[in-house]
Amino acid sequence: MKTIAGAHKANAPQREQSRPVVLIRDLIAKFNEYPLVVFAASLILLLAVAAIFAPALSPHDPLAVNMEESLQGPAPKHLMGTDQLGRDLFSRILFGTRISLSIAFATVAVCLVLGVAVGAVAGYLGGVADDLLMRLVDIFMAFPGLLLTIAIAGMLGPSMQNLMLAMIATSWVGYARIARGAVLSVKECAFVEAARSLGSGGARILIEHIIPNIVHPIIVLATLNMGQTILSIAGLSFLGLGAQPPAPEWGVMLNEACSFMGLAPHLFIFPGLAITVAVMAFNFLGDGLRDMLDPRFKKEVEI
Amino acid sequence: MKSSLLAVRNLDVSFRTRAGLVRASNGVNLDIREGETLALVGESGCGKTIIALAVMRLLVENALITGEIRFRGRDLLSLDEEEMRNIRGREIAAIFEQPASCLNPVMRIGEQITEAVMAHEQCPKREAKMQAKEIMETVGIPAARYRSYPHEFSGGMQQRTMIAMALAGRPSLLIADEPTTALDVTVQAQILDLLKESALKNNTAMLLITHDTGIIAEMADTVAVMYAGTILEQGSIKSILKNPRHPYTTALLGAIGEGGLRPLPGTAASLCAVPPGCPFHPRCVLAREVCFRKVPELISVKGRKVRCHYAGRSKAVV
Repeated sequence: MKTIAGAHKANAPQREQSRPVVLIRDLIAKFNEYPLVVFAASLILLLAVAAIFAPALSPHDPLAVNMEESLQGPAPKHLMGTDQLGRDLFSRILFGTRISLSIAFATVAVCLVLGVAVGAVAGYLGGVADDLLMRLVDIFMAFPGLLLTIAIAGMLGPSMQNLMLAMIATSWVGYARIARGAVLSVKECAFVEAARSLGSGGARILIEHIIPNIVHPIIVLATLNMGQTILSIAGLSFLGLGAQPPAPEWGVMLNEACSFMGLAPHLFIFPGLAITVAVMAFNFLGDGLRDMLDPRFKKEVEI
Repeated sequence: MKSSLLAVRNLDVSFRTRAGLVRASNGVNLDIREGETLALVGESGCGKTIIALAVMRLLVENALITGEIRFRGRDLLSLDEEEMRNIRGREIAAIFEQPASCLNPVMRIGEQITEAVMAHEQCPKREAKMQAKEIMETVGIPAARYRSYPHEFSGGMQQRTMIAMALAGRPSLLIADEPTTALDVTVQAQILDLLKESALKNNTAMLLITHDTGIIAEMADTVAVMYAGTILEQGSIKSILKNPRHPYTTALLGAIGEGGLRPLPGTAASLCAVPPGCPFHPRCVLAREVCFRKVPELISVKGRKVRCHYAGRSKAVV
């Protein structure tokens, strides 16, 4: 045993030193196998940079009205042209990224935490608790999302907060169902019993042993859900149920563009493209991650 | 005389299933004194693991358990879940047959051991981590492997990890359920040495569950032979290995012996359909009419207990 331990110690510093390098190399190697994931992830990174640095990147104030330059086509001064009030479209799209991504991210985060908590507890406890919690989930599932949103907007007034509330109410249940199913299969694993035999309590087992083992399906669901949520935000804002003008939100911009469709097609082409790119990127990433993380979808081993 | 640590009295465990009532344990009595090792021997499916799980109170909820399991005088069956959790790991710890599936695949080895330490001692994580590293070294895992994942370990190393986790709570009773069955012979010897050494050092008693009669000779102080949920023979290691009184013990010991492998005829009795009378009679060379009718009592013969109608007779019959 001594010699083995000695050999290890000799190797250890070397391994320690190169760990980040190894990690990055492994990451690149892994992603080389899945070009779609890399492509989608870079797009999302780009969008995130655009969202975070929107104030620095945008050449103009997205809300600054300049009637003298209204409805101009793309030109060096206004990269994507201007709208009917002479506002710079490129700046508005950049700030729109900020709104869409942050609202979608917040919505998905709340849904994820709430859904996973409820689903995991239901799956872990089983029995009556499981039945009660899952019937609650069923009730939420029974509501049609759009109708609920319209009802909430009607009752509380159309605003971004209320839109979020409606989206959370309709999509947290997806996480609860996925989490419950995954917990049901993981909690029968031998290591859960082993942990119990060592005196670990229920909460500890759930948080430290079970939940880390169910992150794969949750990550995939959350990524796909990001795309759907971005689309919902744009769609419902287009209908006037979410963000309100003059907010530089993509759906709102599309709505405003309707009146000028023949006159200035760039007004709906660019916001439309922005929505498409964002939704596509998240859907690609979700699909790619599902293939990457699911061992059953592994490519054939090269011999 | 060392004081009694674990005393199992008239333990009955049964399960209501669609196939009828499955009686996995019938009036089992076991005694383990401090620092002693009891080997529970028997073929697959005879109910050994059920006993281990019953002692840990880890049986599924539809199990019907009666009898007494006294640990340091307290009846474990009467404790509530909270009290039981304080006993698990700290007083009684277990290691199981399949180390690979008993380790959390997404948690680092060191962290799992640290968690085991923290489950019993209220101490800051840094201190627990130091302790975990110490324990790792004592079970023969280099502390440098703290950040490894279970899949990066061999079966032997995984079992060492399990042992490290079990020892973390300094239990006074270690239940080792087929600890070496999944390992090859050389690693098996190392793991057994490790178990024996650490049991000796900490004065830990052991309930060793195995079907390998070779292991018993090396490890155990007392032996209980189990068949179809019933103890057929129990006593000190010396008396039973040298001079088994029950035909089943004789056959088990003879299965691997001089002249190669001598398999027992027939298959082990299913717990769903335990034969009437002596459960072993369909496979027994001595079976007579009385064996079909009557379950033999566990009687004391020459310093051990035997459940056989012919136990009192001379050895020549066997």
